[in-house]
Amino acid sequence: MIVNEKVAVDHGLKKDEYAKICDLLKRTPNITELGIFSAMWNEHCSYKSSRLHLKKLPTKGKKVIQGPGENAGVIDIEDNDAIVFKIESHNHPSFIEPYQGAATGVGGIMRDVFTMGARPIANLNSIHFGSPQNKKTKNLLRGVVHGIGGYGNCMGVPTIAGQTSFDSSYNGNILVNAMTLGLVKKDKIFYSKAAGLNKPVIYVGSKTGRDGIHGASMASASFDEKIEEKKPTVQVGDPFTEKLLLEACLELMAGDSIIAIQDMGAAGLTSSSIEMASKGNLGIEINLNKVPCRETKMTPYEIMLSESQERMLIVLENGKEEQAKKIFDKWNLDFAVIGKTTKSKKIELYFDEEKVADIPVNTLVENSPMYDRKWKKAKLPKKNKFKKEDIKHLKIIDVLKKILANPNICSKEWIWQQYDHTVMGDTIQKPGGDAGVVRVHGTDKAVAASVDSSAVYCWAHPSTGGKQVVCESFRNLISVGAKPIAITNCLNFGSPENEENMGEFVECVQGIGEASDYLKFPVVSGNVSFYNQTKDEGIKPTPAIGGVGLIKDYKNMITMEFKEVDNLVLVIGKTEGHIDQSLFARNILDEKNGPPPEVNLFNEKNNGETLLKLMDNNLIKSAHDVSLGGIITAVSKMCIKGKKGVNIKKPKYLINEIEYFFAEDQGRYIIEINKKDFKKVADILHKNAVHFDELGTINENELYINDKTKVTIDELSTSNKSWLTNYMSK
Amino acid sequence: MKSSVITFPGSNCDRDMDVALKKFGFKNKMVWHADAELPKSDLVVLPGGFSYGDYLRCGSMASKSKIMRSVINFANSGGMVMGICNGFQILVETGLVPGVLLRNKFLEFICKNVFVKINDKKNKYFKNVDNEVLEFHIAHNEGNYFCTNDQLKEIEDNNQIAINYCDENGKIEDQFNPNGSLKNIAGIFNKEKNVLGMMPHPERMIDRSLSGEDGSLFFKNLINNLK
Repeated sequence: MIVNEKVAVDHGLKKDEYAKICDLLKRTPNITELGIFSAMWNEHCSYKSSRLHLKKLPTKGKKVIQGPGENAGVIDIEDNDAIVFKIESHNHPSFIEPYQGAATGVGGIMRDVFTMGARPIANLNSIHFGSPQNKKTKNLLRGVVHGIGGYGNCMGVPTIAGQTSFDSSYNGNILVNAMTLGLVKKDKIFYSKAAGLNKPVIYVGSKTGRDGIHGASMASASFDEKIEEKKPTVQVGDPFTEKLLLEACLELMAGDSIIAIQDMGAAGLTSSSIEMASKGNLGIEINLNKVPCRETKMTPYEIMLSESQERMLIVLENGKEEQAKKIFDKWNLDFAVIGKTTKSKKIELYFDEEKVADIPVNTLVENSPMYDRKWKKAKLPKKNKFKKEDIKHLKIIDVLKKILANPNICSKEWIWQQYDHTVMGDTIQKPGGDAGVVRVHGTDKAVAASVDSSAVYCWAHPSTGGKQVVCESFRNLISVGAKPIAITNCLNFGSPENEENMGEFVECVQGIGEASDYLKFPVVSGNVSFYNQTKDEGIKPTPAIGGVGLIKDYKNMITMEFKEVDNLVLVIGKTEGHIDQSLFARNILDEKNGPPPEVNLFNEKNNGETLLKLMDNNLIKSAHDVSLGGIITAVSKMCIKGKKGVNIKKPKYLINEIEYFFAEDQGRYIIEINKKDFKKVADILHKNAVHFDELGTINENELYINDKTKVTIDELSTSNKSWLTNYMSK
Repeated sequence: MKSSVITFPGSNCDRDMDVALKKFGFKNKMVWHADAELPKSDLVVLPGGFSYGDYLRCGSMASKSKIMRSVINFANSGGMVMGICNGFQILVETGLVPGVLLRNKFLEFICKNVFVKINDKKNKYFKNVDNEVLEFHIAHNEGNYFCTNDQLKEIEDNNQIAINYCDENGKIEDQFNPNGSLKNIAGIFNKEKNVLGMMPHPERMIDRSLSGEDGSLFFKNLINNLK
């Protein structure tokens, strides 16, 4: 096939990018080479629109062993233990084919983690669908949930937490973000940097087929009416093979024969080989006839661009081939020596004894395009139209029941019951709490993880929204008694070529950076997903933040359900009555204008750290952060989970009841304490200048508000638990 | 007491079972599916997971693996063999226990705590358990027990039903059946009651911090009964 500008454009390259390739090579590339460039230079692999801005994120910290740039980030959790974790998007494939798209998303992120030598110990996910009334939503939700479960359950890794939202901006572009945590010994972490000359390059895992060719390019473009035609670009997952690959890799890693290892994810053999060579400042020579293929007559182009799953590339020490092969034979996996490292600093491919590609590695990596895209500053939010007097008359209980049954608040049990969340025998906090918690096997330590996003806030004011998501992650970890350590981010946005979308990206990243810097909660890994748009319509900006924290003694973990009648309930943090952009405003008043709640980083940090102090003193019986739906929603959930009631009263503030109970001011928690500890708790809070309200006392089974109205917890529980089950069974 | 846990390709509860058995005093060995001989054992466990990726039919390929010949001989000579979840699926494929396990009634994987009522205590698994009802944990996609009417009659005549899904008070009703199993069957014995297949995972219930502690009760009792 003759390569020209048109062919290059069909590969998703821009005309000037094609010109740059010819310039760098000082000749026209052949079709295999063009394929390789298109795979390396697309948005998904090159981060060409985002790199400039991602550089500004804080990525260092005392506990950070490895920041962004490797397969996943690594943090220190003491005693020579480390946690490897990352979140990644699989949005585009999941919309085209929800089961396989979601499944391979989970498979891919687990591979990123065990490539580094870590055994995956927990999965999380953040999934976002269109409006429940959209005719595609139900099947997409079912397919995605089955796909996530299908892969994670088979791998035997518990899915311990997640987040699901519905919003019409996802009607044409759902989001599927998968996160994995792995456990590794600090001195047994594996990296992707090749080293040494003439070292054998080994291919292991599944055979290469024609699936997923150009998957990464597909994920770097918007959708249009021809979306059905893109199905062949979706990879097909085989969790069974991945389970074998996991065990085989960990068995090989127990020895000392691996120099570098890299999974074949997006852009398959192309990106894995090039990344290893680039990091090691070496060349790699591959004989493509040696690559195990599932189909006959595969061309070099297809072999290099296939995104067949469950494959790894390894650079081995000389002379260790036989020993390594034995392990992969035992697990019935392919093992082939396909090439070697060279000093050429080029990627050289041979097929049928002919050289089919010859590209200097730096042209693909360092010289890849980087754009300083134009972006527009977000407009200030419009003023809301509702009047305070209008909301005064609403009946709190009616509003509360509606909010508890809202798709974005309701219980997601229908979803997480389909995920094995208890395998590995260390899950001590299941889905449905503030964060999932797993013990570090065989120790007293436990790791907490949560994944959050607030698209509505980010849409209303991107930099505040960006800050808020990081703070919410911080709060969720603290609520279970964990000390927050670091985050991973999955940045889901529309087209970077649209100045408004690019502006949302830039400002959200700025907000994330500011909060993570202030809270000493650095970003250690992540992923950017642009082009989440169909034709001209993009999603609401949706950065998802995965936070990880440590609990030194798992017996001190805190859960959110109310524990004991007569205990006191307090609100930590000040309630100003911020209603704009709250779930209440958007759904009860149908008011979409106004700014999101302000984020005060000092208060976030101070309130959170003071709560940890109270926990250290064993003064906290239960805790829950206040987020969507405000104080009364948070309290109701604690009642439902604990099967207890509570008498609550609005303190004598200037704001009205509705504002007090439904406002979404930040930096707040609900806590339960024993009456006899009140003075101690109040002293610590005062000493640290933390505002708190005395909200009420726990009772047997009723929510009793201001001595006026009441409702049974059973009734609230029904409102909360029935929406999703009913929706899915209709 | 010596126990053996078989690891098939795709087993994923083998480690959890190893941890549980050791916690309650068993000297446990992990045995690879391609081995021919079982080590000397007082109990053999086929663990949960997705042996051979559940391809073809859950448990069918594992039931033909090399080690299974020894396991079947061991069972036929009266040895204690327990299959949990995928292990139960393997047992029905070998024919050591009667019936089959179909896809869950609502076509969805289910992971949650359930209550089971002990139907028969004249066996080494449940003898001396004080409780009538245990809180166990299930996590499966194919746990919908089914057999022919003739088989069912035989099973009932021989008292081969081990445990049934029920509520916390032991009431066995359709609404407490998580997967559509015939007669709410959660576990079943062979005729001689040395082989037990059950869907619930007692190994996930061995610590107050986990889903509960009724698994501890089960294992403590089991090792005492074997002594």
